[in-house]
Amino acid sequence: MAASETEQIKNIKSFALQVRKNILEMAVSAGADSAHFGGALSIAEIVSTLFAYQMKIDKKNPNWEERDRFILSKGHACLAYYAALCEVGYISREELKTFEKNDTNLLGHPVINKNLGIDFSNGSLGMGLSLGIGVAISSKKKKKNFNVYVIVGDGECNEGSIWEAAMAASNFKLDNLYVLIDKNNFQQTGSNKEIMNVENLKDKWSSFGWYTAELDGHSIKDLLNFFKESKNIKKPKAIIANTIKGKGFSFSENNNEWHHSVLSKSFHEKAIKELMEK
Amino acid sequence: MNINEKNIKIWSTIGARATLGIAALELAKEIDNLMVLTCDVSTSAGLDRFRKTYPEKYLDLGIAEQNMIGVAAGLASENFNVITTTFAPFQTMRCCEQIKVNLGYMGQKICMVGIASGLALGTLGYTHCCIEDIGALRSIPGMIIVSPADSLETVKALEAAIKLKNPSYLRLTGSSNNPIVYNKDYEFEIGKSITLREGKDITIFCAGAMVHQSLEAAKILNLKGISSKVVNMHTIKPIDKTAIEEASNSKLIVSVEEHNVIGGLGSAISEYKSNLKQSPRQLFLGIKDTYSKGGNYKFLQEKHRLIPEKIVDDILSHIN
Repeated sequence: MAASETEQIKNIKSFALQVRKNILEMAVSAGADSAHFGGALSIAEIVSTLFAYQMKIDKKNPNWEERDRFILSKGHACLAYYAALCEVGYISREELKTFEKNDTNLLGHPVINKNLGIDFSNGSLGMGLSLGIGVAISSKKKKKNFNVYVIVGDGECNEGSIWEAAMAASNFKLDNLYVLIDKNNFQQTGSNKEIMNVENLKDKWSSFGWYTAELDGHSIKDLLNFFKESKNIKKPKAIIANTIKGKGFSFSENNNEWHHSVLSKSFHEKAIKELMEK
Repeated sequence: MNINEKNIKIWSTIGARATLGIAALELAKEIDNLMVLTCDVSTSAGLDRFRKTYPEKYLDLGIAEQNMIGVAAGLASENFNVITTTFAPFQTMRCCEQIKVNLGYMGQKICMVGIASGLALGTLGYTHCCIEDIGALRSIPGMIIVSPADSLETVKALEAAIKLKNPSYLRLTGSSNNPIVYNKDYEFEIGKSITLREGKDITIFCAGAMVHQSLEAAKILNLKGISSKVVNMHTIKPIDKTAIEEASNSKLIVSVEEHNVIGGLGSAISEYKSNLKQSPRQLFLGIKDTYSKGGNYKFLQEKHRLIPEKIVDDILSHIN
């Protein structure tokens, strides 16, 4: 068991490495158009754990009815989403290069495209969790038994609609709904503390009736453990994932200038070098 | 739906809102995967019986309209046929961006029903009136907007809207003891207006509770020697272009709406009319871009000159 778990973690780690490589590719191909770099890198391990292991998906059929559903409520982190969909095989490497190009399917916020594995358009913050509730209810009504995973930003928790949804999910006892809160401590123009203090997210989500845990959002082991131990808990589940904005590269880690930036050629080279060293 | 004289009378007495609940009960038998979502207004929307009869098809989201639209969109994406309903301002303006993103941009098919739109709740103030909903929603691509003339048309519009591929908004005006415009069953098609009275001098386009008022005004005008065509423009988006073209030979086009004159039925007509080579002047009757002091429905309709006598006066002063 332990051996296979080690193997599992190794697989997810290599998926995450690919995700970071794909993010770099897209960010550099966006050229002078900036890409939301920091908030995509902070969810690389979360997205990888979901797509490489946790979620029930069919690599041949993005529309498989029984699949677990994924919603990127913090839509600006789509670099990580597209990167993962490419690794799964729904988005081709060729298409990945069209990121933010004219007439692309891959804009700077996800646009619904079920054949690419994108079930919803997102980008306006605070809307994804409500969608997740609708989908989770539908799973129960149709007795389909699939789970719904929603990634929300800590800055996004400024939005009141998140709390409308948080209240409703526990009211409807949606134990098939997971929210993963990317707590990278920054939002667009500063730290949470400077802009809008979202402190004690764990207490907040718990008090809204969610089974809540706080863990290291870059630890694949911790993420896997959470999913394993919380599986049978009859409540919606929230992970407060402590993460580092811009994680993976020395120049971007905890540096909010990389929230939405242009990845120049020299930074790209530096980043590739750092990845190779890992 | 069982459309007969007796039911038409009952629906008129209880008003469009309560009729909605009856219509939903019938639809639940016919439509697969129907879900009705509300925000703590089951009584006001006539949904108490529905709630008790079909608890598995009913979801109360509490006082949280933004969340309601998102949940509705989640259900719609899983092929549920979803009706959402609450008071018109909260159904439309409170969650306008959720409507834009989920129903417009994503195209999730939801039928929204805004109850007590217009001036019906005037005693409660303009927080509860809604004179802006058409204007706000008309600018969202793909949105169908229907404003039924009476309780029977509410039933017919709901039946038609739930079968659409597009998202839609049903704007319910009027109160209980809703005047009857249609006293028997008739052909209703979204996007196709209905001429209720023929006339050669002027054309009156109207919708919602203003249809009855316009018909009454036309009777008075007739006595004064003016022959008026009255068109029930129940669908405001997409607007019936043919009907507007047919009005080109009238001396005057009049739009009558229980809505701000900016952004509503009158605007929709004039936007198309301005493309036509030849078309008459248009008189915009409605709320003149103002929040007046409140009062009961009748009082506010009179204040905003939306009763037959005032409609006649305004038309007479513009026709010569």
